[in-house]
Amino acid sequence: MATETLAPAEGVGAGPTPPTPILQAQAVSKQFPGVLALDRVDFELRAGEVHVLFGENGAGKSTLIQILAGVHVPTDGSIRFRDEPLALQGVHHARTLGISAVFQEFSLVPTLTVEENLFLGAELTSRGFLDKSEVHRRADDILKRLGFPLRPRQRVQDLTRAEQQMVEIAKAFRTDLSVLILDEPTASLTDREAQRLFAMIEQAKARGVGVVYVTHRMSEISHLGDRVTVLRDGKRVATLDVAEADDERLLQLMTGRVISQVFPKIAYRPERPLLEVSGLTTADHLVRNLSLVVRAGEVVGIAGLVGSGKSVAGRACFGLESLASGRVVFDGHDVTGRSAREMLDRGAFYLPPDRREEGLVMMRSVRENVALPWLGARPFTRFGFLDRGSERSKVRDVADRLNLQPRNIERDPERLSGGNQQKVLLAKGLVSAVKLFILDEPTVGVDVGTRVAIYGFIRDLCESGAGVLLISSDLPEILHLTNRTYVMYRGDLRAELAGEEITQDRVLANFFERTRA
Amino acid sequence: MDQKETQRLMGYSVPLQRLFVRIGVLPFLLVIALIVFGSLSSRFLTTENLITVARQATYLAIVAMGQMLALLTGGFDLSVGKIVAITSVITALTMAPLHAAHPDATAITLTLGILAGIGAGTFVGVVNGVGVAVFNVSPFMMTLGTATISFGIALTLTSGVPVYGLPDAFGTIFNFSRILDIPSPVYVTAGLFVAMYILLNWTRMGRYFYAVGGNLKASRLSGIDTRFYLFMAYVLCGALASVAGALLTARLETGEANIGASMPLDSIAACVIGGVSLRGGIGSVGNVVLGAIFIGLIQNGMDLAQIQSYLQEVVIGVLLILAVIADQLRQFVMLRLKD
Repeated sequence: MATETLAPAEGVGAGPTPPTPILQAQAVSKQFPGVLALDRVDFELRAGEVHVLFGENGAGKSTLIQILAGVHVPTDGSIRFRDEPLALQGVHHARTLGISAVFQEFSLVPTLTVEENLFLGAELTSRGFLDKSEVHRRADDILKRLGFPLRPRQRVQDLTRAEQQMVEIAKAFRTDLSVLILDEPTASLTDREAQRLFAMIEQAKARGVGVVYVTHRMSEISHLGDRVTVLRDGKRVATLDVAEADDERLLQLMTGRVISQVFPKIAYRPERPLLEVSGLTTADHLVRNLSLVVRAGEVVGIAGLVGSGKSVAGRACFGLESLASGRVVFDGHDVTGRSAREMLDRGAFYLPPDRREEGLVMMRSVRENVALPWLGARPFTRFGFLDRGSERSKVRDVADRLNLQPRNIERDPERLSGGNQQKVLLAKGLVSAVKLFILDEPTVGVDVGTRVAIYGFIRDLCESGAGVLLISSDLPEILHLTNRTYVMYRGDLRAELAGEEITQDRVLANFFERTRA
Repeated sequence: MDQKETQRLMGYSVPLQRLFVRIGVLPFLLVIALIVFGSLSSRFLTTENLITVARQATYLAIVAMGQMLALLTGGFDLSVGKIVAITSVITALTMAPLHAAHPDATAITLTLGILAGIGAGTFVGVVNGVGVAVFNVSPFMMTLGTATISFGIALTLTSGVPVYGLPDAFGTIFNFSRILDIPSPVYVTAGLFVAMYILLNWTRMGRYFYAVGGNLKASRLSGIDTRFYLFMAYVLCGALASVAGALLTARLETGEANIGASMPLDSIAACVIGGVSLRGGIGSVGNVVLGAIFIGLIQNGMDLAQIQSYLQEVVIGVLLILAVIADQLRQFVMLRLKD
């Protein structure tokens, strides 16, 4: 894989390794309604190390760091801090102990300034009034020390995402820091910003801060990490020194099974082009000059990191983005700039990556959700009125095919497990004659059983002559399901790989910044 | 804490809890109200009195059905009261001169007057719909604004004085006449209820109201023209409120700018007590009508028990808050009972 620009950080194993854990989780479990998110996980963070948490979506990484940061209370197990039992009473409590987390969801108030945000909840006062000049001085101090190019009196809403993240990090450094938790911090950063972040992490390490670093980018593990803990399905699979963790080993630990059991063999029979995109640039320039083809009878992947524009590309194909230029042809018709309604009517289906946010109407029944895109036509509507009888039988059929648990189509998705919610979302595309499926992260946050079921469906769809555009951050999915794959990097199409060319190395090589002299 | 103790106590009442989750708080409230007022006044549970309650509740029931549409889509309509008022004023101002000029053309006078009034009220709904759906103004500000505008227009048109001179037939037909002992406004309400029931349960538009309020983005991805349905929710809400306005005018036999002031609160209360979610996407029209009847029942019962009207306001407010708390409790119990 690509060699990166950063100097490799040697494991601290060489130096004096005082194995003094500052933070420990012992057999920690977390039960959410319907999901056991963490199952007796042990985790140990030493002073002055970067401990990487690695795993698929839904493996429990977020839950674990949220427990360490005081967001969630574990259902079972215990936390020890500096060898004392610790019962965190919330984020604020954790922060006063020097345990600070920077999540992907920022905890900033957009309408307040940088300095107001830095001291939110810990305002400096004198005689009961806000001591604004002291806040300003101290905020300035922190930002200077960290080398962030921010002005304390800027409003947070006017900052870029990277700058907002700097504010979050600065907030962590406001108090005496002993544990810093970073949740995929480079997801939204440019390379230069990422370099600065890495330097800062090194600095913190040198001062004895323990860093928990969540990522799914393997390159960052070898650059930054001292040890890595792999989680899968809520369980801890392994903890190893970075030195002995090569990519192959990590991938196997992450997916945890013989690949052939998970991924079906698909017989691809590419036929006529279904979707032809040429020179597509979105109005916000998150995707530039994209051209791709999806034929009937094949599974085409779009791989790339978060923020590579692969998701936007999928939305643009379905008429959900405003375009600056380019053409989208579906099944021989120019559909550039057409509505989602027209795309659905022509036989295209888009599965959004976030089922809660954009996919399902959580408080309405499975039946209503599944039928929602298709109510305008038979058999769902007859003579202007809904035909609830055939609606019920249609949806029941699909529920059977997908093995929905429980098999009650009147239940609302709110009360289904994540895997079954995802099945409902997929079912929306199965009650009508759909020729093209645009699937954006179809297996995000589902258990392995559901994952296998969904892959089975992708195979069935493909073999019955539909075209599938599979947009995914999950590398094994891309490697094993697609017969052709596009790789995107920061809005540009980087590579098109076909058949045997789709290897981990070749895909990953295009994930990252190329080493430019 | 003593979580185990709580659990043990709750264990005894599981059947009751299941009933509570299934039917909501309203039937319990109705039964309590019937018992309390029945014992306070012997006149309360007579047929004649219950028919009076039905008649009094019709106006609120109609407005509440409209309000429900706005609530289903995740908004609300604060202008319903002033829509009632402006409908009343326009109806009367159209009818009175027509009636004076052509005393014999009653049918035409009534038709034109009612159409003008309902048209004016519906137009306010159209403005609301455009503001909310097209310009993304928050329903709160939009309907508050149109409420003020409508009220101002209604006052300007009438100088704040009631408009007299309506044909007698208006009140006779739309207020006093009875079929099988039941007053005509009740039939109008029943007809609208049936229409609403069909709309919400058996048509695409009804289904989309729920979907749009439940998850706007998911609805958009499902190919629904979300703006259009948001717009329609406010138009239909305005139309229903104006029907109530026309019926109230027939009852008062004058056009008044000052009626309907309590309608926004009462209609939202009827919906919420009837189990409509303030976050959108949940609610049944049958329960909304029951909610309106419940409020009518309470007001009537307090009248009979000679509780003064100022105090009645307090009771309605308390009930509204209790209903919301009960609904939260229901969500909680529902999660707890989840199998």
